[in-house]
Amino acid sequence: MGQKNNKKMETLKLKDNSAYRTSKDKVFLVGVIIVSIITISPIVLIIGKLVWEGIGQINFSFFTETTPSTFEAMTAVANNEVIPGGIVNGILGTLLIVGLASVIAIPIGILVGLFLYENQQSRYAGLIRSLSDILQGVPSIVLGLIAYLWVVKNIVHGYSALAGSVALAIMMLPLIIRSTEETMKMIPETLKEAALALGVPYYKVIARVLIPSGFSGLATGILLSVSRILGETAPLMLTTLGNPMVNWDITAPTSAVPLLIWNFYNDPNMLSLIWSSSLFLMGFVLTLNIISKRIVAKI
Amino acid sequence: MNKNIDILENPALKLENLYIAYGKTDKYAVRDVSATIKKNAITAIMGPSGCGKSTLLRAINRMHQLYPDVKTQGNIYLNEKDITKMSAIHLRRKIGMVFQRPNPFPTMSIYDNVVAGYKLNGIRMKKNERDAIVEQSLISVGLWNEVKDSLRKKGTFLSGGQQQRLCIARAIAFKPDVILLDEPTSALDPIATSKVEDLLVQLKKDYTIVLVTHNMSQAARISDYSMFMYLGDLVEYGKTKMMFTNPRDKKTEEYLTGKFG
Amino acid sequence: MKSDTITRYILFISSLVVLLVSAGMVFSLVGDAVPVFEKFGWRFIISTDWNPTEGRESYGALPFIAGTLSTSLLALLICLPMAFATSLFIAEYFRTSYVSSVLGTMVDLLAGVPSIVYGLWGFYTLRPVIVSLGLDAQGYGIFTAGLILAIMIIPYATSISSQIIAMVPTELKEAAYSLGATRYEVIKYVVLPNARSGIVASFILAFGRALGETMAVTMLIGNTNIIPTGLFSTGNSMASVIANQFGEADGLKMSALIAIGLLLFVITGIINALGKMVIKRMSR
Repeated sequence: MGQKNNKKMETLKLKDNSAYRTSKDKVFLVGVIIVSIITISPIVLIIGKLVWEGIGQINFSFFTETTPSTFEAMTAVANNEVIPGGIVNGILGTLLIVGLASVIAIPIGILVGLFLYENQQSRYAGLIRSLSDILQGVPSIVLGLIAYLWVVKNIVHGYSALAGSVALAIMMLPLIIRSTEETMKMIPETLKEAALALGVPYYKVIARVLIPSGFSGLATGILLSVSRILGETAPLMLTTLGNPMVNWDITAPTSAVPLLIWNFYNDPNMLSLIWSSSLFLMGFVLTLNIISKRIVAKI
Repeated sequence: MNKNIDILENPALKLENLYIAYGKTDKYAVRDVSATIKKNAITAIMGPSGCGKSTLLRAINRMHQLYPDVKTQGNIYLNEKDITKMSAIHLRRKIGMVFQRPNPFPTMSIYDNVVAGYKLNGIRMKKNERDAIVEQSLISVGLWNEVKDSLRKKGTFLSGGQQQRLCIARAIAFKPDVILLDEPTSALDPIATSKVEDLLVQLKKDYTIVLVTHNMSQAARISDYSMFMYLGDLVEYGKTKMMFTNPRDKKTEEYLTGKFG
Repeated sequence: MKSDTITRYILFISSLVVLLVSAGMVFSLVGDAVPVFEKFGWRFIISTDWNPTEGRESYGALPFIAGTLSTSLLALLICLPMAFATSLFIAEYFRTSYVSSVLGTMVDLLAGVPSIVYGLWGFYTLRPVIVSLGLDAQGYGIFTAGLILAIMIIPYATSISSQIIAMVPTELKEAAYSLGATRYEVIKYVVLPNARSGIVASFILAFGRALGETMAVTMLIGNTNIIPTGLFSTGNSMASVIANQFGEADGLKMSALIAIGLLLFVITGIINALGKMVIKRMSR
């Protein structure tokens, strides 16, 4: 019964430190809340700034006309007028470059993703998976250098939309590979086996079973990867150069919205166009983001 | 109908008109439960799954307070003191808990697991005091001889039964008055189960034990008092021997004879 | 059965694209960096002299390596408490609640902001604040660039950290609560030790992101080819020197910029591999 006595002694000895500990707990919670609010405040400030400064410039001609010359902008600013012209060359250029990058990256990405899903355990697939992870971590400016060395110097012999698309396609590729493999893993194995047991050729199983049942996962991966590359500036500076006119030739220099923002930033007369272009770009990127999240929520 | 027994003299726990609900529903997981629980005895709470027995148990150390959507009404008294009037820290120091699946802290050694209560509560001790508590607690749960040479190893290296006894050691190292056990043997094999049962019978001379179990033969083997719960109601409560030989309620009889559950 | 063989063949061939792109990348970067390494050898990495004047050309990348490391380390330092608190908010304190999903969405939005927009905001909002606080006359430099980098990498660290924190088993936390621990003590003694390696990995990966960021840093670091001497000193990072000087580069200078790109590739590759390794070890 020594244990019993021991127990009583022990209980007496414990100091009541609960008030101190409870207040420490509360202070920590308040700290977490305050720091969290500080952490997310930039997004509110950034969107606020873009809307506040940019909304006035957004009008019909913003989407239909090409960029004004420095002189036109300077005159307008001097007369306190809205800067004429728009960014249609950038918008269409972005569509061309990003569209071309998607055409390159989406089919290859899905095929590689399928390959990894089919060969889960093989060492070669493990190598490809690791390489794809490494590609995902390569800074976009390095991809710009690569596209410059490959396309600008050796294929087109000049700055071109194609070179930019190659850089962006390498950026998209790992994201699509990863999302395809993850999506395929979520499809019940039985679905595939049922089709194969019926003697359906494998390519038909891919086209009729795997891709349709994983459609929303694939679409999310694609949209997220597109939203990731839409705002890329650095690789385009090294590859597509920019163009004051609308251009549809993939072997010619082409503009893009982020490139125009960079140009406006370097030209004091174009200041107010910076904000409207950024607002447009952000709106585009965030809309894609939200749509892709919606798709996820729907599954 | 008098379904409750009254242990008037000096109960360890007293539950009064306890209602517990999850979320906004009007459906209660526990409905109007009143009971007194005797000191230094094993009280078993049994019933089919979903009857509210774990929900009831977790009210006793105010575990529900961690989840804002669980609403508790009614009173619980520990040694005649209202538990809502104590700090949760103090209350849980007095009431230890052992869970369904053994859950030793995987980042701590066996030694540190036993004194985890002291560490978590910021209580500093001299090394020899700590050593004594570890040894004493492990001896009490019959684990000392098995682990005394590997106290610095992680607790997760032990077998399931050993892990569960380690968790009991962790609870009693803190010298509580009451130990709550939530189906402590449901994840264990028969041999480990009987070791834990023997241990509980030994421990009742120092502690008040409340045991939730879905295994009525376990309740019959080791408990002194039994509660039978069904759909949130406390249907019957009495001496285990009485209840198993001569149940007063028809539902209890049906459950004990295996008609459902 | 023949069509199945062809299908598998096509899948295999497409996987070669990844192999070829990766190998080609290393091959091209190394190939075009050779001239500058041949001329300067190790001096390219340890020299601080960057002089493109014809005839007296000399290229040393040390200032840019220093610029990249100092801005990224500063960013990591600022990011640590912020991402950590935000992860606890999302995955521990308010998990499954509405505020947590709002906060999570806002963190996701931070990840969606293009680098150049961060640069603009840093230039037109953050920089004037730093000037008016009297911290620096111009507002350019390591501190401003590091601060904006921190905001940029917080979403990466937060999204991984909060996933890992949410994975800590409820039964362990309940065990600690049942012993009388407060929430703070549960976080300190149970949540963190169990999530430690995942949180470390999330910060390694976020650091890897910071190393390669270009536009925002270029717009805020001041673009001087010197080793930064203090928190408010100007400098240049590896990525920003490529972006700034690429337009007028050819010959040996182009080779020097590509060599910097190669260094950046190698450094980010090592950091990312390290982060992935920690995560893989943990999931085992």
